[in-house]
This record gives sequence, C-alpha cells and structure tokens, in this order.
Amino acid sequence: MRLSDTGRHSAGIVKFGWNIKKRGTGMSSIIRKSISRRTALKGFAATAGLVAGPGFVRYSQAQSSAPIKIGFQAHKTGIGASYGRWYEKTTNAAVKAINEAGGINGRPVEIIVEDDGTDPGRGAEVIGKFANQHKVDVAYGTLFSHVVIGSAPAAGENKLPYYVVSEGHHVASTKLNRYVFQPGITDVKSQIQAMAPWIASNAGKKVTQIFPDFAFGYDHRDYLPPALKAQGADVIAQIAIPPTESSFTKYFPQIPADTDVIYHVMVGPAVLTFVKELGEFYGSNRPQLFGFIDSLEAVDINSPGLEFLDGSHFWEGSPRYAQPDDTDAQKAYRAAVGIDDNGASVDDPKDISTAAHMFGCWETLYVIKKAMEDAGYQGPGDRAKLVEATEALTEFAEGPEHPQGPKTFNGKIHQCFGVQNISKLEGGKLNVVHKTSIEDGLYEPEGDYTTQPL
Amino acid sequence: MAFGPHLLLATLEGLVTSAVLALMALGLSLVFGVMRVVNVAHGEFFMLGAVLAWAVTTTLGGNPALGFLAALVISPLIVGAVALLAERLVLRRLNYNPESTIVATIGLLYIIQQLALTFYGPDARPVAAPFNYRISLPWFGYSGYKLSIIGASALLLLATWFVLTRTRIGLVMRATQYDSETAQAFGIPVDRVYAGVFALGAMLAAVAAVLIVPISQAHYLMGLDPLLLSFIVVIIGGLGSLRGTVVAALLIGVSDGVISVFFSPTLAKIIATLVVAMVLVFRPQGLFGTVRR
Repeated sequence: MRLSDTGRHSAGIVKFGWNIKKRGTGMSSIIRKSISRRTALKGFAATAGLVAGPGFVRYSQAQSSAPIKIGFQAHKTGIGASYGRWYEKTTNAAVKAINEAGGINGRPVEIIVEDDGTDPGRGAEVIGKFANQHKVDVAYGTLFSHVVIGSAPAAGENKLPYYVVSEGHHVASTKLNRYVFQPGITDVKSQIQAMAPWIASNAGKKVTQIFPDFAFGYDHRDYLPPALKAQGADVIAQIAIPPTESSFTKYFPQIPADTDVIYHVMVGPAVLTFVKELGEFYGSNRPQLFGFIDSLEAVDINSPGLEFLDGSHFWEGSPRYAQPDDTDAQKAYRAAVGIDDNGASVDDPKDISTAAHMFGCWETLYVIKKAMEDAGYQGPGDRAKLVEATEALTEFAEGPEHPQGPKTFNGKIHQCFGVQNISKLEGGKLNVVHKTSIEDGLYEPEGDYTTQPL
Repeated sequence: MAFGPHLLLATLEGLVTSAVLALMALGLSLVFGVMRVVNVAHGEFFMLGAVLAWAVTTTLGGNPALGFLAALVISPLIVGAVALLAERLVLRRLNYNPESTIVATIGLLYIIQQLALTFYGPDARPVAAPFNYRISLPWFGYSGYKLSIIGASALLLLATWFVLTRTRIGLVMRATQYDSETAQAFGIPVDRVYAGVFALGAMLAAVAAVLIVPISQAHYLMGLDPLLLSFIVVIIGGLGSLRGTVVAALLIGVSDGVISVFFSPTLAKIIATLVVAMVLVFRPQGLFGTVRR
C-alpha cells in the first residue's frame, strides 16, 4: 500500500469504510461481510488523516513578540482531578499577574493545557505532544509522583525543561534527568526531616505510619524512620494501603496497641472514609494523630465524620486558613488566586482549595520567568541555556513572587527548600502552631544533575 | 488484638461488603439472565446512585435521616429512568446483540462518568449517615450504621426474591429469561420486560450505592471496583441465579474481609480471582447456574 496516496483523502474525513448492510442480523456480521480492498483503503486513509491531521497545522516559530508557551501537564481527570482544578486556577492567576507586569523578556506568556488523566503513560504522551506538536518552550505543573516519574524520561529525550510541582523526593533523588526541576515546593524527604523533631517532642515517641502503597507513600516510608530515629523516637509499624482502597477498618487491627502517634498520609478520594472509620474504631480514646494535609486537600475540614480529627496536627506547605501573621504578599496571592480566609473559593465557600500545594504553581512560574530572563531566553533553541540558568539560581526571597516564604535552591539536585508549617485543627480551623526553618530540612545531596550532558 | 475480636471485626467487615455486593451483583445478574446483556455500565449506575444521593441530601438539607430516606427513594428512581432511556435509545436499537451491547455499555460507562465529572466535579463528597451510633465493644468500636446496612440489604434481597418468585411481574420475567421467543408467542411483551429489567438492575445498583455512600462518599470514579467485584460474584454464583448471586456475594465478601484482616487485601483479591478462574474451568455455568440449552 502506497501511503503517499492516502494523503489525498485526508483533506476531508472520508466516510468510514465498510457499511454493514443488514443491521442486527447476527453477532458476527462485521466479520462475515467481506471487505473489499478499496473500502479498506478508504478506512485506512480516513484513519491516517485523523491521526496526521493536527500535525499539518503550522505552528509559527517563536518570534520576538510571539508568546512564551508553557505546556501545563494538568490532572484534569483521574484521581488527581481536585488538585488539577486548583493548580489550573493558580496557574491562570500567576500568568495573569506576570502578563500584566509585562510578561517574560517582554513577551506574553501563554499556557497550553493538556490533560494527563493522572496517569503516567498519558503523562509521557502529553510531554511528547508538548515537545513535538505544540512546540512549547517548557513543560510544567505536574503533581502526582507516578506521573512525574513516568513523564520525566520523555522530557529528557525531547530535551524539554520540565518544572514539576510534585512534592515527591524523586527530583531531588537525582534519579530522573537534567531536564526535570522542582523549584517551587519542598520535597517530602526535607519536609519529614524538618518536622520529625516536632513530632518526637510534642506528639510521642512510638509512631505507626499509614501511607499509600505507591511512590509518594514510599518517600514517607523510607525517610520518616531515620528522621525520627535521630530524635530518639521510633516507627513501630508501617501499614501500606493500596491507592484504590475504599474501606480501611480491616487495616486498623495492625496498629500496635502501644502506639503514641498515628502518622497518616492518605491521598485520594477515600480519605473521608479513612478518618471516619478510624474514629469509629478508636472512639474518644485515640492515639495522637499527625497527618499530611494532602489527605484533606480540597476537602472541607468540617465535613461530617471529620470531627474525629479535632485537636490533631497537620503538615501544611502553605496554610489553608488565613493566619494572623500573614504577609502582604500572602494576602495578595490569596486574593489573586481567589480564595477567602477559609481557603475556599471566593465564589463558592463550599469549593475548598488545595492551598497547601498550589502555591507551588505560582512560585514555579516566577522561577521559570527569572531563569528565562537570566538566560536571555529567545526560543526552543535556548533550552540548554535555560537549564543552566535555572541551575544557577540559589535563593528566592519571600515576597509577591514567593508568597509561601523564603527558599533556597540547590542547582545540583534541582530542588528548592522552604519553611514548613505544622497546624493544629481546632475550632473547625487549622491554626499554624510551628514553622520549621529552611535549615531544618537540608540534607546531603544524593547526586549531581549538572554532571549530566545537556 | 486477640484472635476472637479480630475475627469478629473481620466478619463484620466482610458482611458489610457482602451486603452491598449482593444488591449490586443481583442487578447485573438479572440484566444478564433475562436480557443476555453484559452491562459494563453497571458500575456507573452505582456511581450515579451515590452522586444523586449527595445531590438529594444537599438540596433538601435539614435532618440527615430525612434527607437520606428521600435519597433512598429518589436516587434509584432517577437512575432507573436514566437506564430506561439508555435501554430505549441504545440497547433496543442494537437488537440486544451480545457483542454490540458490550461495546455500547462501555460507551455508556464513559458518557455517564464524564458527565458526572463535568457536572458534579472531581471531588469526593460526603453524605451524612442517617444516624451516628458507635457500638462500643470491649476491644474496638464499630459503626452502628454499617450494621444497619446488612439488615437493609437483607430486606431488599428478600423483597426482590418475593417479586421474582411470587408475583405476576416476576413470573413474566422468569418466563422471558427461560425462553424469550416462546414467552413472546404467549403474548408476553418481551420488549417491555427488557426495559423494565434493565431499569430494575440499575435501580438495585443505585440502592446499593445510597446505602454505602454515608460510609464511602460519592466520587465519579467509584463505580469501577464494585463493577469488577460484581462480575466476580456473578461468575461464581452463576449468571441469572438469584440464590447463586447471594451465596457468592457472601462467600466473596466474608472471605475478602477475613483474608484482608488476617493477611493482606491484595491476597484477598488474588484468591478471589483464582476462584473465578477455577469456577470458569471446572464449572463454567457457576455454582448455581444451569447449563444453557
């Protein structure tokens, strides 16, 4: 078959191949009906046309006034969809602010959104699409760790700088590649290390961990025990829960009776069930609880069944509720994104944001801006320069561009380090009771991306 | 925890799973038994039931018990209507062809799921339980509402059994299941029976969802796991057999509970899948199914 012939058919969508003459005559009518070579060719042609179609659209090369295109890999569907929606709102707010202030290198920023379905396979496809079809300048915005890990090789192959907002340790582990950065949110290993002293001295010495059975959970599984050990506390049990689990009571007998603290990190829609069932299991006589707010992002903390969490503590990247000591930058950021003092949408008080993470989108976009300006970035030809300019960054001062707080950046491991908040749930609100310092979360680098070729 | 209380907890968990599973699988089994349609969208009717329960309780507000009871009536009715519409507009036009209907219900699955994502959103939303009573045992606490699910499910199963075996509607359904052509020859409106059965199957899934939603929230992706478990139950029990479905649901539910508590949930799933394979090899018609003529 000469494929060159098929191009002619692809202009319009040729009516699809074979017609089945008799409807519903039997189960194998499709198979029994013989297909002529010509009709088959038409079918192939139509398919080829559909596949090749978007490729024919001409994407203009970046010129001096053309927008900077940032490919936003968004969790629009799948288990990350709640996060994805707020990541998108934050991104739009940041881009609006950047464009109103003159864009990047005098050029406006344009966000191109592609849904990855919170799926690693589709994530990699999206990266390929960004690089080859949309011809974006950089890719950005992924949260779920398995999607980042699945997409990173595609970013490396296409030499497409890929700025994730994922919180996982995979970027800083230096197991990915030189094109992957996490400059807007601290990684889990650092978060855990920074909070371990507080847990050991305020919550208790015998800790049982409950975590999801995939990459993000493993960061907690692997880094909490040594961090607590250093503080004279112990992890006495580790309970891994499959990410699709919908009922949890059956796991609770595994929690040792002498547990002081249950350290819980649950991600996914079933978290309310988890808390409710924990409450039914223990009643009022419960161990201390320390959790990652990841479990309850986008969830109203005053939902029925969550009363059980009252008095427990949470990690928050950026506080959901407005705090008395909020900086002007924090206030301006909250207003720009459109969240009220309770961390809910200003349009709908029931629409709770993912405030503890989404600040990372805002800050990452400003890091991309800074790196592009440092590199004198003109277009995809300058991607290697952009990577080096990002690696050269060392510090982000607290301010309108970094409302969550000051950060340092380690260019060798492509990871930033910031302050963490520990909040207590009381009176239906999360109040920050402890802020860690950047130094609390620093660790020895495990490798060096800058030695990899560009 | 000592062995006795541990086993008690495991059994309770298993019974709750069984109760919901039996209702849901019964719907799937009924649709296949009577119509020969493998309804892949069954899990989405379940999801729709839960989402509508959320919508009903939030719209009504007020006392959670009243809202829940309203949801228990309204949600299955709406789901039944949606199923009826799908049956008239899609399945009937495919002449219930087994292969085509599988593809059609897969399409239906995605349509319902994406509509839920569009209009309901990606968040898991809670529905308040009609009552909150914690049964305080010496070793652990247990939700009183969870226990009531077992009772409610048993009642609904009995009611379904009564309808199928003791009423004229049930007789007509069974006749259609036994031999639809002869049934038609005897003046049974097979076409309308099909529509009714498809709606009833979806309503059973919706009822199961309303019962479970106070302990597991409404979420647009919640239909998949119950769908797979229902298929397992229906294959083990025998397609179209009410008794087989209930027995298999108990078997799968309780063994899932016990194995999950004492070993691991993954092992429970492995064993359930192995049982399905064994049943397919040695008794393809299922434990209680009859061989097709």
